[in-house]
This record gives sequence, C-alpha cells and structure tokens, in this order.
Amino acid sequence: MKISRDDVLRIAELAHLELSPEEIGTYLGQLDEILTYIDKLNELDVSQTEAMAQVLFAPSGDVHPELRDDVLRPCNAAEAILAQAPDAQKPFFRVPRVISTGEVGRE
Amino acid sequence: MSAAAPWTVAGVRDALAGKKISARELTAEFYSRIAARNLELNAFLTLSTERAYAQADLMDSKVARGEALPPLGGVPIAVKDVISTRGVRTTCGSKILETYVPPYDATAVEKLEAAGAVVLGKTNCDEFAMGSSNENSAYGPVRNPVALDRVPGGSSGGSAAAVAASLAVAALGTDTGGSIRQPGACCGIPGLMPTYGRVSRYGLIAYASSLDKIGPFAGNIADAAAVMGVIAGHDSNDSTSAAVPVENYAAEIEKPVTGLRIGVPEDYFGEGLDPEVKAKVEAGISALEKMGCRRVALSMPHTDYAIATYYIIATAEASSNLARYDGVRYGVRVPGNTLIEMYRKTRENGFGSEVKRRIMLGTYVLSAGYYDAYYLRAQKVRALIARDFAAAFEKADVIITPTAPTPAFRLGEKTSDPLQMYLADIYTVTGSLAGVPGISVPCGKTRAGLPVGMQIFGPHFSEGRVLQIARAFEKTGGFTI
Repeated sequence: MKISRDDVLRIAELAHLELSPEEIGTYLGQLDEILTYIDKLNELDVSQTEAMAQVLFAPSGDVHPELRDDVLRPCNAAEAILAQAPDAQKPFFRVPRVISTGEVGRE
Repeated sequence: MSAAAPWTVAGVRDALAGKKISARELTAEFYSRIAARNLELNAFLTLSTERAYAQADLMDSKVARGEALPPLGGVPIAVKDVISTRGVRTTCGSKILETYVPPYDATAVEKLEAAGAVVLGKTNCDEFAMGSSNENSAYGPVRNPVALDRVPGGSSGGSAAAVAASLAVAALGTDTGGSIRQPGACCGIPGLMPTYGRVSRYGLIAYASSLDKIGPFAGNIADAAAVMGVIAGHDSNDSTSAAVPVENYAAEIEKPVTGLRIGVPEDYFGEGLDPEVKAKVEAGISALEKMGCRRVALSMPHTDYAIATYYIIATAEASSNLARYDGVRYGVRVPGNTLIEMYRKTRENGFGSEVKRRIMLGTYVLSAGYYDAYYLRAQKVRALIARDFAAAFEKADVIITPTAPTPAFRLGEKTSDPLQMYLADIYTVTGSLAGVPGISVPCGKTRAGLPVGMQIFGPHFSEGRVLQIARAFEKTGGFTI
C-alpha cells in the first residue's frame, strides 16, 4: 500500500474535510490506486530537468507587457460582496466564536 | 425557418438585418427549444431570460435605427456554469455554490455581450469542472443528444450538448485537461481550447490555474472562429492573459492548406485506442493529405506520462483554489460549534465525491515530505512534455491525433473507477500541460452511430492555423467522413 488509513485521516484534516467511515475506506483504496499509477513518473530521469514554473508563453522573451501599472483604482464592491455571505454584519463576515471563553460550544 | 434548422452566426446576422425575424423572436425560439428538450438533456442549470431579452431588444433597436449589428449581434449563446455572470446564479455544478450570484461578469462574458451576443443561460458541468462525463454535477448528469444513454463528455458536457442539440448557436466551455475537446468529440461538434493566456480567465472560477482556459463550442468552424475573435485578447484584470495581438480568424480559416505539414505522433495511436476511432482519424488525415497537406511521422516520447503529471499538478492547484469554500464569504454554510467544525461540515456537505477525492490527492502531494517526490517531479515532467511539443513543431505545422480513445461511453460505465475515468483524457492532457491550442473536430461516426473526434494541436498562439486546418477539413466533408 502507498497510503495508510492514518494518512487519509491526516489529509482530510489538513483539507478541512469531515469524512464518513465509508468515505475513508473508499478514498483509501482509490487514492492508493491513483498513487500507484502516478509512480510511473519515477521511470524518468529528471535530475537534469528544470521544473516548468511559467506556462504563459512569452514570444518576446523576458518582456512582460501583460503586467499593468500598479495604480490605485476605486473598488466599491463591499456591499455586493457582503450580500453573498451566509452571515454578514456590515462590515464583517460573522463566524462561530474562535477564541474560547471556557464554555466550549457557546456563542 | 423550421424549428430544427441549425442557426449559424452568419444566418442570424442575415435574418436580423433582413428583418426576417427579430432578435426577441429568435431568443424566444431558442427558449422554446430549451423548454422542449432540457428536461431530457439537463444541459441548462439556470436561464438568464431577463438579461437575454434585454440584450435582444437592444439588438432589435439597432436594426430599427438602421445601425450595423456587432459581430455576434443577436446570436444566442450558452455559458458554462463555472464562468461568472453578474446577477445570474453560478453554481459550478456544486451544492456549495447553490445560492451564489456573482457581483460581476467574467471578461469573456462581458466581451460576448459587448459583441451583441444573447446569453441564454448557464450550462451544466462536472462539479468545479472536474470530470470527463458530466456525471459529477450536483444537479444530475447531462445526456448526450446523439445517444441518450451515453455521456456527453465532460466537464463542459452541458455546453457541448446544448450546441449539439441546437439549443444554442455557440457556447463557452472551459478546458483544463480536455473539458472542451472531449465533450466536443462525444457530441459531434467542434470545440476549441485556446493557448494558455489567449482568453482572459478573469471571472472564471478557478480549478487549476496553470491549466484553465475558456474556449468556444460551435456548430461549424466559421462560428467557432467568430466567437474566438470576440473573446480573445489581453485583459488587464488577468496578468496571465497574453499581450499578443489577436489574429483575424475569419480571414485565416479560408487560407489554402497546401504544403502544410501534419505531424502524426505514433504515441497516440497505440494500445487502448478503439480500432474504429483509429480508422476514422486515419481517414481524416488522408483526406487532408488529398488537399495537399504533407504527413510527417513523429515521436512524442513523454505522452504516456501526461495523465500522471496532470493529476498531480491539477489536484495540487485545486486543493489550494478550493480552500476558499468554507462557508464564510459565499455559498452554503453548514453551522458548527467552532470555526473549524463549521469549515469541515460545510465542505463535507457541499462538495461531491470527485471534488473531495481531488482535494485529498492534491493536499497529499503538496504535504510536508511529499512535495519533491510528487509536485516538483511532475513540474519537471511537464517541462519534458512541453519540450516534446516544441520539438514536434520544428518538424510539423500542426499535430493531429484522436481526441479521445473511445466514443462516448454509457452513463454509469466508469463512475466507480476514477482512474479509468481519468484515462478518457489521455490524448488531451498533453496539450493542456504544454499550454498550446487544440481543437476537436467531428470525424465521422462509428458503426453504432457515435461521433468520433479528431484533435488538431498547433504551436502557442496559432489558433488561426488550427482553425484553418479544421475549416479545410470541414470543407472537404471530413466531419462526416
């Protein structure tokens, strides 16, 4: 096995996913199969290869005319953005209490 | 005009200018087609009727005043639901954005409307564009209008089905690993993935930012070129959009193809390719040879590593991009007692199984201790794949391959085996990784009547050349070969 049940639980925690017991089993098997397939990249010698960090192909070499000047522009979008929030109290997004008051689970 | 008549961009322009029909009547005609077919096909998720009729009326007022119509004046167009539309719900095929109404338009949509297009509505897709069959949509699968028991391909399945069923004249899709070309092949219509950076991604809700591209589906090459000409170009709101001049595609596509070199890489015609698909694509290449193109044999030795490379890079980027869905700023929230609990419940409830699978894979390959072995190695292999393309384009003007190894498969056929589903993109992800443009064009049908797709790749920013070959192929009857 390329991956363990503990790995799946650790990844789910990092990714903020609360998996059901069935999902843990399913993903364990599927991720293991995919990671085994991905191992075929180890057949290649890439010790002399530079990683591809930039996809945008620049016909003019290192010149980047696509970058705009760094100037301030008005952006009066706060109201429209807050209107999409599940729970907003202008000018804030409201979320459950982050700092403990000693009584866990109460607002 | 009969209800089944396929409208074209030029046909719409002539009919409106000649006052044979008004833009409002044409829009209504398309909405009645959608009403008749959508229950069965499930291609549209949301209709933007108010906006569409307002735009149609604007075009009608231009005609009434004797003004010339803009290039897509009155043309009914569908937009994939991962592309933001101001005031029109945009779900990305996900439960987590079921209620999301963007406060702004994607640049591509803004440009379409500025060119007179009538945006009919938002099309179904795999959740966050992750899938090859449209079965990963939270709003149910799309059916292939050519064969209702088959998938339309994915992830832009709704856009492809809408155009193939004449519910829109053209549509915007997005392509990350094959999501325009493969559904184009499955539904028997042209679908173009532009060069990375050719079309602004501003307002495209991100899946894998180094791979995502917006591009058109249309019923014919002239229409694909017309839409491409409108949406292409630099956008100061997207620093990865290229400041490269846009060609006159309408002029490019009519140029003769005599003497052009067609590279045929043997690596795309081996094991796993359906024999009927292979025979059709071979016949397609022969048809182009008869038009004066020269066939050049090629080898692209890293082709076989593309799927593995793609699933590392795309899922890594996805795990980062999709971290923003946490129930705080938009979309659906599932309450929790603590902030972390709210995040976890919201994401567990809001994401479907393929999205969770890719987030987990992406999180894993980026996690401490694994980065070099997976992500960094994949970025290096990506460079090797890009080098394969660069070398091939020294010997050939375009590269021709099958779009997909098989015709459209049956609904449910691959849903239990994610790896098999991923392999449906084996011939398309290569060009996605290299960032070059590619089009899928119809190339006849199998004995069972299922469309076959032929893929044409060109060098960076050679959309004109790719469309030119596609147009020559269309003219010679290649679409029904």
